[in-house]
Amino acid sequence: MAYELDGATIEADEEGYITDLGAWTPELAGLIAKDENIEMDDERWEVVNFLRDYYEEYQIAPAVRVLIKAVKKSMGKEKGNNKYLYTLFPYGPAKQACKIAGLPKPTGCV
Amino acid sequence: MNDMPEDGGGVVKKFLYVNRKAPYGTIYAQESLEVVLIGAAFEQDVSLAFLDDGVFQLVKGQNTDDIGVKNFSPTYRALGDFEVTKLFVEKESLAERGLTEDDLMEIMYEDEDDDWEEKPSITFVNKSELAAIMADQDVILSF
Repeated sequence: MAYELDGATIEADEEGYITDLGAWTPELAGLIAKDENIEMDDERWEVVNFLRDYYEEYQIAPAVRVLIKAVKKSMGKEKGNNKYLYTLFPYGPAKQACKIAGLPKPTGCV
Repeated sequence: MNDMPEDGGGVVKKFLYVNRKAPYGTIYAQESLEVVLIGAAFEQDVSLAFLDDGVFQLVKGQNTDDIGVKNFSPTYRALGDFEVTKLFVEKESLAERGLTEDDLMEIMYEDEDDDWEEKPSITFVNKSELAAIMADQDVILSF
């Protein structure tokens, strides 16, 4: 499949993960989120930006506990848990948030 | 990263992943790392060994721009986040290749049981120490 944005075509695999990481823009993130029926807000952007920064540094998506720790740090104790992440991304932070962040599908999903 | 619930239970076995090949040119090193990361979800007692040309996998300052493959070496520094904190590097293999401990990346992990203190993941061992580590494993996977 592919995304259409401002007349440009951005290639994605059959599940909607973009194939060229460099093609990502915040506008594209908004479009992917819309496809997932997700409305981007400050909290969701925070998660997406964290995933992008982490990937930039380590070339891999973080472990869930690392993501939870980061959320706890920036959004407070009551939001630093898996349950809260699922309220942000109902199909799971790994699958959905990574897709919106333009990262490859995490290999940790077994 | 995965969306599986975290629950305990089951038998914990000692797994050792043995890495003996240079990082690029063959897919072994990258596949090994991938298996380690996937396997981390099973909460086993995981160690990694680097010997022969495998020690090149941990050399710092890798640059793959001219060979058209992904530089996956930064991912080794994320292993601690996946609770993979035991990396054994064979001293003889380093020396035979003109490498020293300073040529390798600094790989740290945060010790949960010690107030999240940052500690090095790499331990340098000689041949006989590595043999003893291997003898102590339940499962050895060679790449």
